[in-house]
Amino acid sequence: MLRLTLSRLGTAVPSLVGVVIVTFLLTRVLPGDPATYFAGPVASKEAIAAIQHQLGLDQPLWVQFGRYVGDLAHGNLGTSLTTGQPVLTELANRLPASAELTLLSLLLAVAVAVPLGLAAALRQGSWVDHLCRVVTTAGVSLPVFFTGLLTVYVFYFVLGWAPAPLGRLDSFLSEPPRVTGFLLIDSLWAFDGATFRAALSQLVLPAVTLAVFALAPLARMTRAAMLAALASEFVRTARASGLTGRTVVLTYAFRNAMLPVLTTLGMVFSFLLGANVLVEKVFAWPGIGSYAVEALIASDFAPVQGFVLTMAVLYILLNLLIDLLYGLIDPRMKAAA
Amino acid sequence: MIPAARADGESVLPGPAVAAAPVERTRLFGHARYVLTQDPVTAASFTLFLLLLLAALIGPSVVPYEPLASDTAQALQPPNAAHWFGTDQLGRDILSRVVVAARLDMAIAVFSVALVFVLGGVAGVAAGFFGGWTDRIVGRLADTIMAFPLFVLALGIVAALGNSVTNIVLATAIVNFPLYARVARAEALVRRNAGYVQAARLTGNGELRVVLTTVLPNILPIMAVQMSLTMGYAILNAAGLSFVGLGVRPPTPEWGIMVAEGAATIMSGEWWVALFPGLALMLAVFCFNLLGDGLRDIVDPQRRT
Amino acid sequence: MSDVNLLEVQDLSVEFATRRGLVRAVQRVNLSVARGETLAVVGESGSGKSVTSYAVMRILDRAGRIAEGAVSFSGIAMQQLDEAAMQDLRGREISMIFQNPRAALNPIRSVGQQIGDVLLRHGQAERGTARAKAIEALEQVRIARPAERYDAYPFELSGGMCQRVVIAIALACRPRLLIADEPTTGLDVTTQKAVMDLITELTRARGMSTLLITHDLGLAAAYCDRVVVMEKGRVVETAAASTIFRAPAHPYTRRLMRATPRPGAALSDLLPEPPATPPPAPPPPGEVLLEVAGLVKEYARAGAGGAMARLLGRGAGAAPFRAVDDIGFTVRRGESVGLVGESGCGKSTTSMMIMRLLDATAGSIRFEGRDIGATPAARFAHDPVRRRIQMVFQDPTDSLNPRLQAARAIADPILRMGTERGAALRARVEELAGLVGLPTELLDRFPHQLSGGQKARVGIARAIALNPELVILDEPTAALDVSVQAVVLNLLQDLKAKLGMSYLFVSHDLHVVRLLCDRVIVMRAGRIVEQGDTAAVLGAPAADYTRELLACLPQPPV
Repeated sequence: MLRLTLSRLGTAVPSLVGVVIVTFLLTRVLPGDPATYFAGPVASKEAIAAIQHQLGLDQPLWVQFGRYVGDLAHGNLGTSLTTGQPVLTELANRLPASAELTLLSLLLAVAVAVPLGLAAALRQGSWVDHLCRVVTTAGVSLPVFFTGLLTVYVFYFVLGWAPAPLGRLDSFLSEPPRVTGFLLIDSLWAFDGATFRAALSQLVLPAVTLAVFALAPLARMTRAAMLAALASEFVRTARASGLTGRTVVLTYAFRNAMLPVLTTLGMVFSFLLGANVLVEKVFAWPGIGSYAVEALIASDFAPVQGFVLTMAVLYILLNLLIDLLYGLIDPRMKAAA
Repeated sequence: MIPAARADGESVLPGPAVAAAPVERTRLFGHARYVLTQDPVTAASFTLFLLLLLAALIGPSVVPYEPLASDTAQALQPPNAAHWFGTDQLGRDILSRVVVAARLDMAIAVFSVALVFVLGGVAGVAAGFFGGWTDRIVGRLADTIMAFPLFVLALGIVAALGNSVTNIVLATAIVNFPLYARVARAEALVRRNAGYVQAARLTGNGELRVVLTTVLPNILPIMAVQMSLTMGYAILNAAGLSFVGLGVRPPTPEWGIMVAEGAATIMSGEWWVALFPGLALMLAVFCFNLLGDGLRDIVDPQRRT
Repeated sequence: MSDVNLLEVQDLSVEFATRRGLVRAVQRVNLSVARGETLAVVGESGSGKSVTSYAVMRILDRAGRIAEGAVSFSGIAMQQLDEAAMQDLRGREISMIFQNPRAALNPIRSVGQQIGDVLLRHGQAERGTARAKAIEALEQVRIARPAERYDAYPFELSGGMCQRVVIAIALACRPRLLIADEPTTGLDVTTQKAVMDLITELTRARGMSTLLITHDLGLAAAYCDRVVVMEKGRVVETAAASTIFRAPAHPYTRRLMRATPRPGAALSDLLPEPPATPPPAPPPPGEVLLEVAGLVKEYARAGAGGAMARLLGRGAGAAPFRAVDDIGFTVRRGESVGLVGESGCGKSTTSMMIMRLLDATAGSIRFEGRDIGATPAARFAHDPVRRRIQMVFQDPTDSLNPRLQAARAIADPILRMGTERGAALRARVEELAGLVGLPTELLDRFPHQLSGGQKARVGIARAIALNPELVILDEPTAALDVSVQAVVLNLLQDLKAKLGMSYLFVSHDLHVVRLLCDRVIVMRAGRIVEQGDTAAVLGAPAADYTRELLACLPQPPV
């Protein structure tokens, strides 16, 4: 198991290197002068020149890269022009908001998608199967920002069930003392039931929006993987040995089907991290996605760069976790390592 | 378990073999026609695709109003007889804008898919077929791109390169490159040592000819399926980027921007500004996804999902 | 004991819902298995033999159903039983084993656990005792070190061991009837014998009945008491094994008998009717055409483990794997040389190198004195010798480009390396089709519209299009039914005589090699164990391994 972990960590390193190089290159390919972007729209010539020198843009490219890596190693992701704060601090502050949203929606998605896909595979041609196909095709076709707007319109404007989409918590309430940054956990920690309910009600719509988006590929893959597993030869053997339907479906087919589903989970994470940006804009969610978008509109590039880098690192770590989980289930991976 | 439809009706006389009982004469079109008639959903999506194409090609010439013509007196009218889809904050007719936007969105989708098909397809086939360094380089490239959440990378690229339609096309193509390269590579690998590929080498075809005549024609169907699915993704991608303010700039009509403009008004109840472009987006993507599924059934029935 | 048969199948018909309507795979089949009896159901592809057994076990595909007829087991009518009752019956009273053993096992569950699952299900063990009983089951199928193997996964075991595990699962609960659906297809002939002997031993010891489904008549004869012959979904003959082989009644059975390669029969004896003109005596072999010397093919050990081992310079892990280890032989003009061995012996690798589809690591391949091994495989397509060495592939389906019509496929070598074009080309293609017995109206069909035998003929026509001097045949009839095989082998022999070609015939089937080849080379683990005249090597083998191979061949009693 240790060998598997080490070898997987080993494959993550080149990815990290690639990510760092790409984010470095992104700034260096800005049309015009990076310094202008970092200095801001109203900077004077001298200010720009000073920034140029400060950023080391007069140095050869590889020296710049060295400085960049050095900065990263010290946790220096630059400073935001619009707020004046270090990018790393702001990202760290806002990350829990995005994380809470993403994790909750992922949980919701898995809780619905996997049973749905399973039921659809077992009852081919039934209404469950058709429902699954509709859900997956619709879920994949609906633009996530559009779904968000629709849910706001229906559940807030028309039905009045949901609160106004103005962030994580009603402006009248204050956040509980920060333990993890996750409002749900923190409010429970502080035994603050009212805040918990309020935070949850704000979370529902954006989480459901993201969940619908993630649901589709997961349900589709669960169904396909279950169908493939049920049609496989080892399931035929299990049936021929008289094992009960339950054992065949759960212990034999389902566990094997989970492997491709786990792989899909990685892909779904990629989508979720991207869709996060859009949902945060619709619901005015104070996460790192909206941080980046606000900075982008203001031509403030350092936060954008920091954001891309953070998302990529998060994604690499998540994939690592999924790989390890996969290795736990599939003994063939352990042997290959 | 199902017996071979082509029963081996071989005569065992030592002379010329008697032709077997009429074998399934299904050829590609016959099978395609079968799928289209059996599955109304695929047929419907094909019709929808034709409609979209029509809108993109002749839309701008037949719309009732100028898409950019603003008339503030008529601002925020709900759908009525004069304006079937209503008007937006600047009094522009939403129906006209939605139809005209079809051209831009379809164009972005078509160009990005074409670009990534060529780049990713060639790279993938070369990597799978020739292996060695080609495989390693393509693999590294694909892995580096895949290390990013794809929309985030597209965001970063368009932010870095600048707001333009070309850059959206480029960003979409780059972001989809790993997928195409992977699919093409997997198909090429499977076929690399297939009997008929070996046979082609034996009949005097050089390596390049072998790739062109045996591998490429046989992977085109699967790539076509992938392309249809990516068209849908490309449209969503472009719309998403426009929604956050990148890429296409107002007042150009584009479905994503229109939804963004509608986002402001939906809280106060003017639902039509965001709904119709959103529906258009949904229908277009839906159509391409269904088309992709239908194509998959035609091309490779065993892989139905 | 009562004379109620253990299994009684009456007027069974099974139909499948397909795209073209209802297809009857099995029509009014009657068969019975008595207690302690071993019954063989023999037939070619499409005969419905497997479908019958699936219907008995009620594990048909979704699209299939029993249209009519009755199946009774030990007097109980199986139609009345619901699915729960059937599940009790399966594994406990009737068990089934299939082809392709590794695929038949759950890849992510240890083999011991899989045996345990069945034991627990049928109440033969409890949680605490399941492990011990599973190990016992492994012991009974003669798996060495069963306690260790309990935790092994299928991918860690060989094909033969996987089949033993499958047998262990099937016999764990001591059923009364075992249905074996082509259990040895795809296994090496030595493994085949071991598996069949094991099945026979275990079933006889327990007084079990066996239903063996196979296409191999020799196997059926060697191991079964009675034989049922099926053709196109119907039973054509049922008789005791001895009678059916000595005096087959039905014409189809007779055809099958004749078509089965057996010692003492010549190639033309395989055909249902003797040929109009007796085949001409083959000319004596001429000068040396192909000379292989010191041929070696090494592969670096795969995987990270291999790379690490190489880095650290460790012993066995670092040494590359030798698929072909220093072999040498010759092929003369007009001669037919057989290259035999079990899977993994290196015969396919050798043929690939001679075909110049693969580069050798060391050694020389001389064709008419010139070392063609010196030209790398990637560039050989342009070498003038290319047209003189051709190949007929094992899988006719895989070797034809699905996008090309038969005529275009046959014309490909002429287009690349020959001179005829247009009308002359078409005439040549038709001439070739005539030579191989392919009707000209089939020339415009695509591969998926042709039968297995027809595709094989297209492959042969393509190979001989430019009158090559050496043709390598890589198991050309392995994927064909035995009656089609008989025709194709005779065709190959005729062509060889007519066109003066030499053959290098790569095969694992010793019977076929005996019929077609003048000399034979036996390979094992990359080395040549023995080579010489066919009659000498197969009649009085010098090497132990050859003796072992011959001993494992099922001998039909004709």
